[in-house]
Amino acid sequence: MHLLICGGTGCTASQSLEIVDKFKAELKANNLEDEVQVVKTGCFGFCEKGPIVKVIPDNTFYTEVTPADTAEIVKEHIIKGRKVNRLLYLDPKEKEHVSDSKHMNFYKKQIRIALRNCGFINPENIEEYIARDGYAALGDVLANNNPTATIDIIKKSGLRGRGGGGFPTGMKWEIASKNHADQKYIICNADEGDPGAFMDRSILEGDPHSIIEAMAIGGFCIGATKGLVYIRAEYPLAIHRLQVAIDQAREYGLLGKDILGSGFDFDIDLRYGAGAFVCGEETALIHSMEGQRGEPTFKPPFPAQEGYMKKPSNVNNVETLANIPVIINKGWEWFASIGTEKSKGTKVFALAGQVNNVGLIEVPMGITLREVIFEIGGGIKDGRKFKAVQTGGPSGGCLTEKHLDTPIDYDNLIAAGSMMGSGGMVVMDETSCMVSITKFYLDFTVEESCGKCTPCRVGNKRLHELLDKITQGNGTMEDLEMLRELSHVIKDTALCGLGQTSPNPVLSTIDNFWDEYVAHVVDKKCPAGQCKKLMQYVIDPELCIGCGKCAKDCPVSTIKRTDYIAPGHKLASMEIDQSKCIKCGACQAGCKFNAISVK
Amino acid sequence: MSSIKIKKEVADKIEAICKSFNNDASELINVLHQTQDYLGYLPTEAQEVIAKHLNISPAKVFGVVSFYSFFSMVPKGKCPVAICLGTACYVRGAEKIVDAFSQRLNINVGETDKDGIFSLNTLRCVGACGLAPVALVNGQVYGRLVADDVKRIIEENKAKFGI
Amino acid sequence: MINVTIDKKALQVPEGTTILKAARMAGIDIPTLCYFELNGMNFENKPGGCRVCMVEVKGRRNLAPACATDVTEGMEVFTSSPRVLKARKTVIELILSDHPNDCLQCEKSGDCELQALATRMGIRRIPFNGEQSTYKIDSTLSVYRDMDKCVYCRRCETMCNKFQSAGALSGVNRGFPSVVGTSFSKPLGDTSCINCGQCVQVCPVGALTLVDNIQDVLNAIADPKKTVVVQTAPAVRVALGEEFGMKPGEIVTGKMAAGLRRLGFDKVFDTDWSADLTIMEEGTELLGRLTKALAGDKNVKLPMFTSCCPAWVSFYEKNFPDLLEYPSTAKSPQAMFGAVAKNFLATKMGVKREDMVVVSIMPCLAKKSELAREEFAVNGNRDVDFSLTTRELAHMLKQCNIDLTQLPEEDFDNPLGQSTGAGVIFGATGGVMEAALRTAYEVHCKKPLPRIDFEETRGLEGIKEATIDFDGFPLKIAIAYSLSNARKLMEEVRAGNPNGYHFIEVMACPGGCIGGAGQPYHHGDSDIIRKRMEATYREDAGKPIRKSHENPDIIAIYKEYYGEPCGHLSHEQLHTHYFNRQSTVEFEK
Repeated sequence: MHLLICGGTGCTASQSLEIVDKFKAELKANNLEDEVQVVKTGCFGFCEKGPIVKVIPDNTFYTEVTPADTAEIVKEHIIKGRKVNRLLYLDPKEKEHVSDSKHMNFYKKQIRIALRNCGFINPENIEEYIARDGYAALGDVLANNNPTATIDIIKKSGLRGRGGGGFPTGMKWEIASKNHADQKYIICNADEGDPGAFMDRSILEGDPHSIIEAMAIGGFCIGATKGLVYIRAEYPLAIHRLQVAIDQAREYGLLGKDILGSGFDFDIDLRYGAGAFVCGEETALIHSMEGQRGEPTFKPPFPAQEGYMKKPSNVNNVETLANIPVIINKGWEWFASIGTEKSKGTKVFALAGQVNNVGLIEVPMGITLREVIFEIGGGIKDGRKFKAVQTGGPSGGCLTEKHLDTPIDYDNLIAAGSMMGSGGMVVMDETSCMVSITKFYLDFTVEESCGKCTPCRVGNKRLHELLDKITQGNGTMEDLEMLRELSHVIKDTALCGLGQTSPNPVLSTIDNFWDEYVAHVVDKKCPAGQCKKLMQYVIDPELCIGCGKCAKDCPVSTIKRTDYIAPGHKLASMEIDQSKCIKCGACQAGCKFNAISVK
Repeated sequence: MSSIKIKKEVADKIEAICKSFNNDASELINVLHQTQDYLGYLPTEAQEVIAKHLNISPAKVFGVVSFYSFFSMVPKGKCPVAICLGTACYVRGAEKIVDAFSQRLNINVGETDKDGIFSLNTLRCVGACGLAPVALVNGQVYGRLVADDVKRIIEENKAKFGI
Repeated sequence: MINVTIDKKALQVPEGTTILKAARMAGIDIPTLCYFELNGMNFENKPGGCRVCMVEVKGRRNLAPACATDVTEGMEVFTSSPRVLKARKTVIELILSDHPNDCLQCEKSGDCELQALATRMGIRRIPFNGEQSTYKIDSTLSVYRDMDKCVYCRRCETMCNKFQSAGALSGVNRGFPSVVGTSFSKPLGDTSCINCGQCVQVCPVGALTLVDNIQDVLNAIADPKKTVVVQTAPAVRVALGEEFGMKPGEIVTGKMAAGLRRLGFDKVFDTDWSADLTIMEEGTELLGRLTKALAGDKNVKLPMFTSCCPAWVSFYEKNFPDLLEYPSTAKSPQAMFGAVAKNFLATKMGVKREDMVVVSIMPCLAKKSELAREEFAVNGNRDVDFSLTTRELAHMLKQCNIDLTQLPEEDFDNPLGQSTGAGVIFGATGGVMEAALRTAYEVHCKKPLPRIDFEETRGLEGIKEATIDFDGFPLKIAIAYSLSNARKLMEEVRAGNPNGYHFIEVMACPGGCIGGAGQPYHHGDSDIIRKRMEATYREDAGKPIRKSHENPDIIAIYKEYYGEPCGHLSHEQLHTHYFNRQSTVEFEK
């Protein structure tokens, strides 16, 4: 029997490590430590209901477990074989407890390829990875000793880069393999910087060996003996697990000299990012690894021609790499059978925002946004109305109701005005102001722009200033036109992918939420009630008893008495001079008669 | 040019860090990480000494330090507070949490309080979107926050530092 | 060859040609801002950052930067389609939206590439309002920095690091606050800056300009108590004309002397004269070191380096403090002139030292800093009081209503005005070496040179090497311009001088002083520098006397005043010493 406890960052933050310790202690107290193994795994994905504890072999899936619950699980479930019902997942629609995760809506439509081992194995134990076919693919590739054939498998599988652009991975490998040099590098981009995306982190924390294996395979295919992982310094747990995995792989002869007796030498080094989103762009990433400012340079030369230390280099995203060993093991036909015509396999999304089931999901390409948000995600929180879903992070766009039935793949998302990006998927309801959310993304882009090219350095700053002006209630219709025109120029002229895509949130919200912009500009109103400057505190003269407390509470003396006395009241009601109101809310907070509301 | 004033043990430690990377200028970012781990921040003298050992100009070191948001040239408080402003946290009201910390601690984002205990910053996505909105206080993740939690968190951490 | 169509014009260009260059071949001038190249001089700034040169390429999703995109077979390019013009104008408007609107007072007005671009593109209003960057004004004695005007083209950074390897500047910060700055935003004077001023020469806008001393000089001239004498450097006369619409390479020596006299200078002398004096001192020092070395003295420092270029002097003081005994101790011609003027000449004219003002006209910004070296003064009274650049002289003449083109040819005054061809060629890379060889050969070999022109010292290669037959003795020489080239030679010397050099000439600027930072802006047209170089050698060839040791006024001053080269008095007045100016680490307790 196994007790799998999620050791991902989210669950760890909710005391999952204490739960591990408690279980060990309880089992020991009951002399069960030899029969039941406690395994600290990577992320299960269902972060909304963490910490998660899973019991194998009966697949019982306990949610929101606290350290105090461990005794009961051991006593009831493990000793007496009775599941602890109250800790099982409660299906919000069916109002029934679900015991097996396979039957949970959250997992039903998921196909886990990149995340195949996350939540199943102890990431700090290479044996567990090997037990699930780990390093078999590397063994095959080295035994067959035919890099071209292996590249061909990847090409035929249809795998495309999962970091954003969606460039065919096999083709990228082929180009790198054809450039001859005394030294080549295979690089793993693990500088996940998209706000609201954490799939790379989860893979590195939950299944680090899959990345090591894939890099070794890639290295063999392109002729690189050195691998480098460029990893966010803000991911200490991922760094730790990856380092442990590298050490173990070296110990097992899976990294280092003459791997598996094939004569192939390969080893991996870590390089730390230092907090620059633009370093997701491969030329910037390479400069950063060389100890420089992470500024992108014009391509060509492409990294495959002149990359790290001016040597041919091949940069792959974490999730892309995680797919490689499975494709080799199960064959390209299997992989290519999943997905749509031009987008094969699955995609991991970080489902977040105003949705019931926040978490990490892996779904086949071609699934609709509706299935993701309403079935896997369990719909909108608190029964509110769906408004928009943002995909592709700061480079993506906001999609609406009309896009909900579009099958998700690289090309459809671009056609809809957004993009796949690294897989952030943030759901918004009617309380989200689309102008504010756009400003939020531009704020990010402005802060993360490297500053090298004018359109991104100055242009995005000006976009942000225009959006700010609109949320402050000072926007004009000309500003909206300027937003649109400037966005198109920035897309057309910026140097790298960051700048070329940074106006996407502006353009997609202008297209899909034009009325909301107009409301801000013409009516000076924020329909979502989020823009502080556009809120109006209004006194209902029928409810106001005229006590005058609000006038005393007002720090800028903007509340005066009217001459209207409502029926049944003795004193005339009060009124707020909107031109002077600073929207501090003191009047509303002090009113005992609920006469003051925000409009 | 002026002289660089630095404590000997600090200079020795930086020299050792540089040496552990073979004084290789391409390892500058790793050297800066380790130096910041050691000092808590990257004062100018430390950067000057790094420049000497790696045989690059101090301007270049400063150019790199000022580029990356992870590197800081001002000392952080003993109890750093960082609020996640990733999208997931943002749409679940992270800005209100920032405001609450800022008001309670009476400092702006990027500042350290006058006692050098709390410093306030924002960061982009700690990957705990399930717990949004999230704050990292002295390395510990606090999730599903509402503004009213802030007072309790501050008191809890003050107690840890005996205040 | 590659077939390409630009604005419907078909042409064939070699592989590896950029759209920008291909277009120029077709007579189509695509505007640029950050792009900057000194053709054949190892300087290229191509960050592809300003996005002014964007063009439309058929079949491409977005616009392409012409400066950084190579043409490919069958490429169809449009350089002025409505889409391109809209983008180009918007980009310029964005740049202007973060740029002070003070063209009327700007030092760069009229020479500003951004101003020219805005005019050319017909920018009439800036539609964007928003934050503008602000920085503290900073200045050394040579360079004035107003980074509010920086357009982040990175030319200065590339010049400072790649060309000079001085390392004073770097891109700092990121995003909107990005700017080219110093380490920790220190004043430039507290950094490894060597005041070569090449950042000023390449800055397209008024962010980096020179420190203007025109008013100081006008005040001195206006002061009846002062005797104001002026010296003019060799490279000035081959470039000054450009400021008055003359063709690059026109020699204006006589007109310049006349103009200086019209400005009211009491005596108009020539730095070429003190260049000849420098050769006497430096040549003698070289022969002295060689003689000792040949006699087996192991302590003699060879190779000897020239020391005329103040940026180079500053560079080795800041970077090679362990090699301070290698450069010649001879002062630069500017400084020698000052010493002679304030000692020998002042006495001869019966003027008190304090009442004499020495002004130099230089192609150089570093000279403004050199004259302030403490050892170049007596009781705080500097040997050279003010140094003006070629550009400042032109401005001063214009301010005083003097049109250089209309002036007659006049001679310099005596006794510090007569010079030889050797003094003239000090202005070009290799010139000091050639001048020194002309004298050293004849002094050492005691026979006339078989040929005066040393072709091996001429030309624009960054490092030139040669072996000169000194009557059986193979003298190994090297010549470098750009301090990154000099650094390579210094590192060789540090490693034990494996090439066995005896004498090395270094000048900091592209092509030597003719490409100095005080010269008229060349805006990246290296042909201008070539023309100035040709003019320099033309002037040399036309001189009746071409060897420093044959200059009668030089012979006279040794006879009358200094005795002999490297003698006691010349050591006192004409030689100097160097300081370790590298930053040091001090331990705090």
